Amino acid sequence: MNEIRVLTPCGGLGYGFPRTSIEEGMRREPHIIAVDAGSTDPGPHYLGSGEGTLSRDAQKKDLGILMEAGRKAGIPLIVGTAYTAGAKPHVDKTVDIVKEIARENGWSLKLAVVPADVDKPLLKESLRNGRIRDFEHPESLNGDMIDRSRHIVAQMGVEPLIKALETGADVIVAGRSYDPALIAALPIMRGFDKGLAIHMGKILECGAYAAEPQSGADAMFGTIREGHFEVEPANPELRCTVDSVAAHTLYEKASPVELYLPGGMIDLKETEFEAASDRAVRVSNTKFLEADQYTVKLEGAAPVGYRSLFLAGARDPIFIENVDEIIADAEARVKDGVTCGAGTYRLNFRIYGRNGVLMGPEANGAEPTELGIVGEVVADTQEIASSVCSFAHGVLLHQPYPGRKTVAGNLAFPYSPSDFDLGEVFEFSIYHLLEVDDPAGLFPVTVEQI
Amino acid sequence: MTERKLGEVAKYLRSKNAGPFKLTLDVFFHSREDYERVKAAGVVTNETVADMYGLPDTQKISVFEYDRVAAIKVTFARPIPSGAFGDNDIYGAQQHLPLYNALVPWDDEG
Repeated sequence: MNEIRVLTPCGGLGYGFPRTSIEEGMRREPHIIAVDAGSTDPGPHYLGSGEGTLSRDAQKKDLGILMEAGRKAGIPLIVGTAYTAGAKPHVDKTVDIVKEIARENGWSLKLAVVPADVDKPLLKESLRNGRIRDFEHPESLNGDMIDRSRHIVAQMGVEPLIKALETGADVIVAGRSYDPALIAALPIMRGFDKGLAIHMGKILECGAYAAEPQSGADAMFGTIREGHFEVEPANPELRCTVDSVAAHTLYEKASPVELYLPGGMIDLKETEFEAASDRAVRVSNTKFLEADQYTVKLEGAAPVGYRSLFLAGARDPIFIENVDEIIADAEARVKDGVTCGAGTYRLNFRIYGRNGVLMGPEANGAEPTELGIVGEVVADTQEIASSVCSFAHGVLLHQPYPGRKTVAGNLAFPYSPSDFDLGEVFEFSIYHLLEVDDPAGLFPVTVEQI
Repeated sequence: MTERKLGEVAKYLRSKNAGPFKLTLDVFFHSREDYERVKAAGVVTNETVADMYGLPDTQKISVFEYDRVAAIKVTFARPIPSGAFGDNDIYGAQQHLPLYNALVPWDDEG
């Protein structure tokens, strides 16, 4: 085989895509349909809770169309980082949708599942054996961080996905995966260059985001041959240009020319981009550099309490002028007034219109005409969070301050009830690297005929 | 010599997480000439970025001038990880303003 063609329908399962783009993509006879379904971008809640960012309905709609397209063409469909975070509950939910679609359509198919969960005892043993490396989490890993985590996954590279492809499965549902590996696995399995395959995967995994105009909700088509690959959006109204494709390598990455991945990195310093047509770009000379020691990235999310919050607006100019002092006073009054002990809750007032958005110092000193206030409490139990939140909204509503004229109330609440109980809160507890001897060892493939 | 904000002369100026613990900002320009002017003016350096974002350690900031696409990339550790208590911006998508406001010497006749 002198080329491998890959269709990626969109940047995330559930984003949707024009049906005509899939039809156009399928006319070009891809060897595989590959789509990513997850990301850490929406925050730690999803890995922690087992839920997904996109609705089950949206994912089912996309999966139904893709399973049908793959089935008609007799090619595999591979879905990675299932249901946002790719831990066991996420993989189970995606498998459930696949089975439901197969049942509803009377289809029989071979399903391969590749979980990405990491066993806590195994992780502790690796910790004792010095096989955990610091990565971007500010703390070194310890046993407590492992114990506290609700779910822990490792990000798989191409190796376990190749094992899944070798089973001849029609549909592959994978847990946490390096997104480009979903696209690169088949080309690498068939002997194509690893650097080019991964780079093609890096471009395709965002759907048509590397096209002009950008769209994460449209399809991209990739063709890898010896010495180069080409990318082209399936939708004839979009096009890839040398600029759009070269610029895409900056997206969401720390460096534009060195992209780290399980088992090594790709080096784009000598990469060449050239127009293959007015809509397609040809890429060559991207190199894969193998690491001395294969590592996989670990991700864990741990519960840190329960959240309640209230939303309110303020429009009074004297309140707005004095808001910093008013908030500091309110925090002190809450601390004095609540019956639960200090240390069982954390309180934060986020002031939109003042400093509610930036992580660093606010650059703009102009006085706003109105403020949005989010009072947030994270506490050991939902009852404490709810009780402190309710107390805090009362305090701020009636808080006296110098020059106050609006003595009937300081805040405009948009809703009744004014407070919201939001359930468990998670933080990223693990973001480290694990040294492994067998790149596929952590990710056992199971096959089932459904 | 007049000055213009970097955000005004940029074609795109965006911020986004690079994983939950890092923030990355990209500046794209309308022309290679504009890119070279900003580069030559030394507006985006480890020191200026540390100042803009209130970051304690200039060594931990990476500034990358990407000549191939005439773009500048800045990456640093988020002061608060995505989704941790007190985080204002889970996706990191609205952290561009300090960089937007950086002043570039801009002689219109030049």
